[in-house]
Amino acid sequence: MAVMTVPSDFVEEMTEDGVTSLRFTGDLSIAAIGDLPERLRDYGEGVQRLDLSDIGYIDTVGAWLIHRTARDSGAEIVGGDNDAERLIAAVSGVDQPAEVRPDPPNPVIRVLDEVGEATTIALTTLAGLVGFFGSVLVSAGSLIRHPGRIRWNAVIQRFDVVGVRALGIIGLMSFLIGLVIAQQGAVQLRQFGAEVFTVNLVGRLTMRELGVLMTAIMVAGRSGSAFAAQIGTMKLTEEIDAMRTIGVSPVEALVLPRFLAAVFMLPLLGFYASVVAIIGGGLLSWVELDIPPATFFARIREVVPLTDVYVGLVKAPVFGAIIAVCGCYQGMQVKGNAEEVGKRTTAAVVQAIFLVIVLDAFFAVFFSWIGWN
Amino acid sequence: MVDEDPIIVDREFSGPLICVKGLRNSFGDQVVHEGLDIDVRKGEILGVVGGSGTGKSVLMRSIIGLQQPDEGSIEVFGESLLGRSDAETIDVRKRWGVLFQGGALFSTLTVAENVMVPIREFYPEMDRDFRREVAKYKVCLSGLPPEASPKYPSELSGGMRKRAGIARALALDPELLFLDEPTAGLDPIGAAAFDNLTRELQQTLGLTVFLITHDLDTLHAICDRVAVLADKQVIAVGTIPELLAMDHPWIQEYFNGPRGRMAASQTASGN
Repeated sequence: MAVMTVPSDFVEEMTEDGVTSLRFTGDLSIAAIGDLPERLRDYGEGVQRLDLSDIGYIDTVGAWLIHRTARDSGAEIVGGDNDAERLIAAVSGVDQPAEVRPDPPNPVIRVLDEVGEATTIALTTLAGLVGFFGSVLVSAGSLIRHPGRIRWNAVIQRFDVVGVRALGIIGLMSFLIGLVIAQQGAVQLRQFGAEVFTVNLVGRLTMRELGVLMTAIMVAGRSGSAFAAQIGTMKLTEEIDAMRTIGVSPVEALVLPRFLAAVFMLPLLGFYASVVAIIGGGLLSWVELDIPPATFFARIREVVPLTDVYVGLVKAPVFGAIIAVCGCYQGMQVKGNAEEVGKRTTAAVVQAIFLVIVLDAFFAVFFSWIGWN
Repeated sequence: MVDEDPIIVDREFSGPLICVKGLRNSFGDQVVHEGLDIDVRKGEILGVVGGSGTGKSVLMRSIIGLQQPDEGSIEVFGESLLGRSDAETIDVRKRWGVLFQGGALFSTLTVAENVMVPIREFYPEMDRDFRREVAKYKVCLSGLPPEASPKYPSELSGGMRKRAGIARALALDPELLFLDEPTAGLDPIGAAAFDNLTRELQQTLGLTVFLITHDLDTLHAICDRVAVLADKQVIAVGTIPELLAMDHPWIQEYFNGPRGRMAASQTASGN
């Protein structure tokens, strides 16, 4: 016959020598203990004896309960068998005050602490990025003096991954953006009877701003994150350290090919994105505004000044450099565990996109200042 | 499944706590176990050894229900577990604790909160303050200082993480403890301390321990019996002297290799 768990219980009784005794029955185990802890808490110091002579099975949870009740009330424990005595001795030996969670700090101090920490991290990251950019330039300089060391295979492979393989997704995105700009522009401009200016809107906006900016955001998400994850994983598996000991510079072997790929591919991708967006806008103008493609492109050539193309092409390599530097820098900062790779990858993408947009704003001010409106 | 009532374990059950018969496990074409039998007696520390890839961890995972075997029967506390639902085996699962190789602590919870997880899961009605107290003494029982309770696993050393893992494995006062390579990655001093802890806990709490290890010192120091996995089966079970008397080449090489002799001589002179 299986021995089942018997719920634990206790009765309060007065012994002959005049002390209040709690006589326990049933199993004193985690499964049987039920609401005993709450009931016993009410007794406080009104108990002088804990009688275990009628209990069944006991485990450390039951032993702890008895030990705690005895400790708080000063009662003596009687009638325990060997098991009970051994377990009570074991748990009383490890009765030490402890916390379950670290103490939460004062909220004011915590907020100040977090603000301070965020500021330090932002500044050190900025300094780190500038320093890293410098080291990339230095090793680029030394490669120019020793062109034999350039890893053409790695560079070409990066060109393929960063540039050629991005054509599909960037083309699709730009085409849709062109459509949307033209459609929204047409709706608004129609109110003034000026639908024909949709062409100006699409042409100038995509060439000057959106083509390159959206491409940079896409490349940051696509390649910047990959740079950080690849280099970060190599850092974790100590491949980077191995490279250094063999005498291969990780900046030369890993960072420069990626840097060059981003710097050279972004202008091409950005220009391609602008052209595809204009095609998208042209298609919508044809369908929606009855502007035939020939007229559309003739108008584009009239209204989009060559300086708009220059604006886009000047910004693109700078954005590419930012994306590559952020990605590779964060990858190189990985240490410890796999979780760090995820964090650093996120940081690389967020920083790259943020810096790209900040610099884009500076460029806008700069170009209008030199008169390239 | 017609019968969803949980099977209730007989506490006085005195037969082998684990009884595996004719176990077969395979991954695709690769057969890991074929006709494997193993018994774990009540109150013993059974060491399980075998070369890399002989399926020591797979055997443990089969017993605790993380790996569905192709064939065979697995009885724990005399109850057959294969083909039963989680609802039926809940009482059995309450009575074992598992320490995974890396500790497998929940990284977003503190050590004490890690210990509270199984208690809250299986005994949600337990008083909150009492549950905290239980978690705290379990942490100390595992040989961690009380300051470790509010720390996160990432703040602990490898040895402390293993102890925190033991604390969580002991959360429900199990009768059966599974340890998967508990001393792997610990320095010799930490490993010896962990062996002592295992032995002490086993004696104080009356545990039965299923211990997978590569550590010859652990085998000599604390295991009552050792099971050797090779050729997809348990080829021998017995005390170390009994195993030494066998002339199986792997056993001879394992225990009589340079490392095996070293561990044996240390035990002989040290203890």
